[in-house]
Amino acid sequence: MTQYVFYFLSFLAILSALMVVFSKNPIHSVLYLVLTFFAIAGHYLLLNAQFLAVVHIVVYAGAIMVLFLYVLMLLNLNVDAEPVKKNWVKFAGVLSGGLLMLTLVATFHKAETMPLIQDNPEIGVTANLGKILFGEFALPFEISSVLLLSAMIGAIMLSKKEVKK
Amino acid sequence: MGTLQAIPLNHYIFLSVILFSIGVMGVLLRRNAIIIFMCIELMLNAVNLLMVAFSAHHGDGAGQVFVFFIMAVAAAEVAVGLSILIMMHRNTNTTDVGFLNKLKF
Repeated sequence: MTQYVFYFLSFLAILSALMVVFSKNPIHSVLYLVLTFFAIAGHYLLLNAQFLAVVHIVVYAGAIMVLFLYVLMLLNLNVDAEPVKKNWVKFAGVLSGGLLMLTLVATFHKAETMPLIQDNPEIGVTANLGKILFGEFALPFEISSVLLLSAMIGAIMLSKKEVKK
Repeated sequence: MGTLQAIPLNHYIFLSVILFSIGVMGVLLRRNAIIIFMCIELMLNAVNLLMVAFSAHHGDGAGQVFVFFIMAVAAAEVAVGLSILIMMHRNTNTTDVGFLNKLKF
């Protein structure tokens, strides 16, 4: 049963990821990316990482993709105004992406096939992750709050209209 | 007690590799800066998925906490990146990265 869910979610993720790259309309790309994120959240659930699955949906599908859609609507980019690349550039892009994939797959192909053993299925629940986050990783957690603050200030500074002198 | 999942760890590696390569392909193929951003998100997510898989395999929660930090960094990156994009659209009236060639050697 788990296997079928895994393969279905993988198929969905890969297909919608391809559609992100190849769809003409940027709005469609965003919507397919949301689909990819939901498939990845399903993978997290399969791996017993419930907290991360929920956080993933909230942060990615809820915040980041809404930001993307907002910018797309704001800039009125829903009509495709992208100039077409030359054919050989497209071919080179697909070729180098495929070569990267081939190299990585060939690297991991010889790796020993081991089944995924979940020693501790309780690892992904919120209580457990909270203990690790606020114990061992308390300092990085605080630093990430500074990072988010500086990103907020930076975004406001960048998108502010320049004052005319 | 170890719950044996029917899926080998290799399949997670291959799935992540495929998703990552699709992201790289998108960055190389598209010229719309927003789509390039989305492909970067795709690559980050491929790495996150692999990190969660190994974290579950080793029974160590630190990997999942690390994914949490990656999400925070991705959120910050998207906020700053999209505001840069809005600036770019204000100045050049396009989001085509081909117009950003002033720094080209």
